[in-house]
This record gives sequence, structure tokens and C-alpha cells, in this order.
Amino acid sequence: MKYAGLLVMPAGFFLTIAAILLFPAPAPRAAFVFCGLGVEALGLTVAVRGHMELRGGRAND
Amino acid sequence: MTDALFVLTLALLLLSPLAIAGVALINTGLGRSRSAAQSLLGCLAILAVTAVVFAILGASLTGSAGGPSFSFWISGKPWSFIGAAPLFLAGLDTAQPQAQLALLAEFFAVALAGLIAWGSGADRLRLSAGIAIAAVLAAVVFPLLAHWIWAGGWLAQLGDHFGLGAGFQDPGGAATIHALGGISALAIIWITGSRKGKFPKEGLSTAMPGHNAVYVLFGSLLSFIGWMAFNLSGAILWLHTPASALAATAINTLLSASAAVIATFVVTRIRFGKPDASLCANGWLCGLVASSASAALVPPAAALFIGLVAGIATPLLVELFELALSIDDPTGAVTVHAIGALWGLFAAGLFSSNIGQFTAQLVGISALLGFFFPLIYLLFGILNRFVAFRVNPDGERIGMDLDELGGGAYPEFVIHRDESYR
Repeated sequence: MKYAGLLVMPAGFFLTIAAILLFPAPAPRAAFVFCGLGVEALGLTVAVRGHMELRGGRAND
Repeated sequence: MTDALFVLTLALLLLSPLAIAGVALINTGLGRSRSAAQSLLGCLAILAVTAVVFAILGASLTGSAGGPSFSFWISGKPWSFIGAAPLFLAGLDTAQPQAQLALLAEFFAVALAGLIAWGSGADRLRLSAGIAIAAVLAAVVFPLLAHWIWAGGWLAQLGDHFGLGAGFQDPGGAATIHALGGISALAIIWITGSRKGKFPKEGLSTAMPGHNAVYVLFGSLLSFIGWMAFNLSGAILWLHTPASALAATAINTLLSASAAVIATFVVTRIRFGKPDASLCANGWLCGLVASSASAALVPPAAALFIGLVAGIATPLLVELFELALSIDDPTGAVTVHAIGALWGLFAAGLFSSNIGQFTAQLVGISALLGFFFPLIYLLFGILNRFVAFRVNPDGERIGMDLDELGGGAYPEFVIHRDESYR
């Protein structure tokens, strides 16, 4: 799960690169960049959850 | 660059190692007494290793603005991604004065980034691992990021090529030093694991306070001088700010840190009934980190606001990361340096009147989180296979000083049995 999150994060980065290349207008470009950051945040959340040590005897590896 | 400006910038850069000294003291003070000597020796070792590795290879890959580099072409635009300067600092004596000063700034920047990462592994990260991590940062990671931002790389060129303001701006090293150090710290925390006994199977996490609040608070004061130096020299080198405008940058740095420490003081006073010294120090530092991105770019009122937000967020996030997310971060590197830097970079765009500049800052933040964090995690994960990050359990129990150095930092004081171990 933690590795999946870390793989999703570069996808968000490439979304922001695509935003620069595909959208000449400033407002849609900024919005698309925000979408890319949102994907990165999602990936980071998954990575954090994957690394959290669960209480009660179970631990993530 | 005039001679007077050269001398001024050189003088400022020679003060910037005080930030290194301050962070070293803070790292040591927030760790345990049984690891104090190893912590400070590690700081010294990291300073040395980053300097040597950066001189041999890193400086070549960083390059300089207008210097040789490797680029690839997308949409008819060059995307410069790595420098191609000569190895071993060849040609340094004939380089332009500004390029020489930029190189000196980069030496100190990479050392500080390495120290930030080192502090996150307090009490369990082996010295050899810390040195290896610093070598990787100095050889590959920092040069890549510094080239993109400071040496004419594609992030700096976003303004010229895509109309995004003046391109991604980071005058004080918020991205290249603090965000890089903070995300490296998170990778180290996750790979090395938490300190033994920190997160018991049941109940709250174990409090493991720093062993010397005086180190932490004095380190914060020392850091302030170094931060002033980094911010002012960065404004000259990367923004070409005239000397007459530097006082405003210095004032903004002071305002950001002051607002942050006042905010942290009030929050901890309300939250815990009494202000917390180490959290206030971290709040001060977070304000300084946020000012690294914004002090040279925003008006004083904005600097106050930026510091205020940093100061409010610091104690809350430190608590959140430990209690809710099980992130064992003894020095608060992730909160102070990663979050503080990202907030400063975001705020620098927010308070810009140009939406293109705001977008450029977001792209830089995206690169840090989406490219560099996974890259660092991958590199450190591979490194851990060759140079074990974590000390053995017996070594952790007796302390890093005795295990790695054969002697404690405080031999005249009796070390009491650790009653918090369970």
C-alpha cells in the first residue's frame, strides 16, 4: 500500500507538467495544476496510511 | 556584479554556517543524552562529506545559470534538467564572481539539507548511514533540484518559456534546502522506523523529550543569524535584488520568525496550560523556514501573516504527526522544514499579483512532492540494503554514543535506567 502511494505521486507530477503543456490560458492551467497536486496528496495519504503502525499487535511492513 | 556587492554577498555567505551550527545544536538538544555526541559528530561529518562529494561531482551536475547543461525538448521548448559543468570544480579560478559566490552558497545549502535529514533519525540512525545519505544528497539529489531552480533549469525557465511569472522562485533555499531536507527526513523516518518503545501496542505514544532545552533555544538564536545570511545572499544571487532593498528582506525574515514564535507560544499555552519551550523553538524555526521562500518577495504584512500561520501550524502538526500518523520525528524536521517550506513557497505565490507566478510556485511544489520524494525514498531504500540505517537493538538501548563512539557525551553524569521502555 505504501509503495502504491509512492507510485501515484509521480502521476500527479506528470499531470502538472501536462497542464503547462496543454493549457495556454492561465485559469484552466492553474486549475489543472491543482488537480495534479490533488493526485499527489492522494498518493501521499495512501503512503502515510501504509506506513502507520497499527496498535493492537498488528504492524504494517 | 560590483565589487561592493561581491564583498557584501561574500560576507553574508560567511555568516550562513551559523544556520548550520544552530540546526546542529537543535538536533542534539532534541535528541537523548545518550546520543548527543554521535549527533554532533554526525553534523560535523555530514558537513565534511557533503562538501567533498559536492566538490567532486555535485557542483558539476548543478551547473550554473547560462552554463553548459543537458536538456530535452518538449513542445519546441528546451527543458534543462541537469548541469554539465566540469568535474572537481575545474575552472573555478576563472569563473565569474557571481558564479563563484553561487557555488559557495550551494556548498552551505547542501550541508544544511543533509543536517536536516540527519536530525530526523536521532537515537537510531547509524553514523555511517547518515554519511551515506549525505553523500547521496550531495552527489545526485541536491544538484538536480538546485539546477532546476538556481542554475537555469526548467523550473527557473517557466516564466520565459510558458509565461508563468518569473518562473519558480526560491531565493532563500526553501525548496532546495528545507523542503529537500524535510522530505528526506520523512523517507528516513519511514525506512528506519520509530524508536523502540515510542509507539506501544496500547495507549498513547511514549513521550521522549529532548535532553537539553538550552541547546535547542540557543540553536534557534544562532540559526536566526544564519537565516538572515541565507535570505539576503539568496536575494542578491538569485533575484538580483539591489543592496538598497535588502533591509526589507531582513525585516521580513525577523517578522516571519517573530509572528511564528508568538503564535506557537499562545497555542501551546492554550493547549497545554503552559508554553512549551521546544515547540516554541520549532515554531520560530518554522517561521524562518517559511521566510526562506517569501522574505524577499512579499510585503511586511504578508510576512507577518506567513509567520503566524507557520507558528499556529507547528505545534498542531507535530502533535498530529506523532499521535495520529505514528511518525516518530524527534527534531520535527518534517513539520518545520518540509511543511514550513511548502507553506512559504505556496504563500510566495499567493501574495504575488501574478497568477502565472502562483502557478509556477505550484509546479515547483508538485516537483518536490511528486518527483523528488519518491526518488529520495527509492534511493534511500536501495541505500539501506547496503548500509544499514538502523542501529541494532542493544545499541539503541545503551545509546548511540556508547555503541558507535565508545564513550558518552556526559561521562560525569549517571545515566538512569530508562523507565519509559516497555
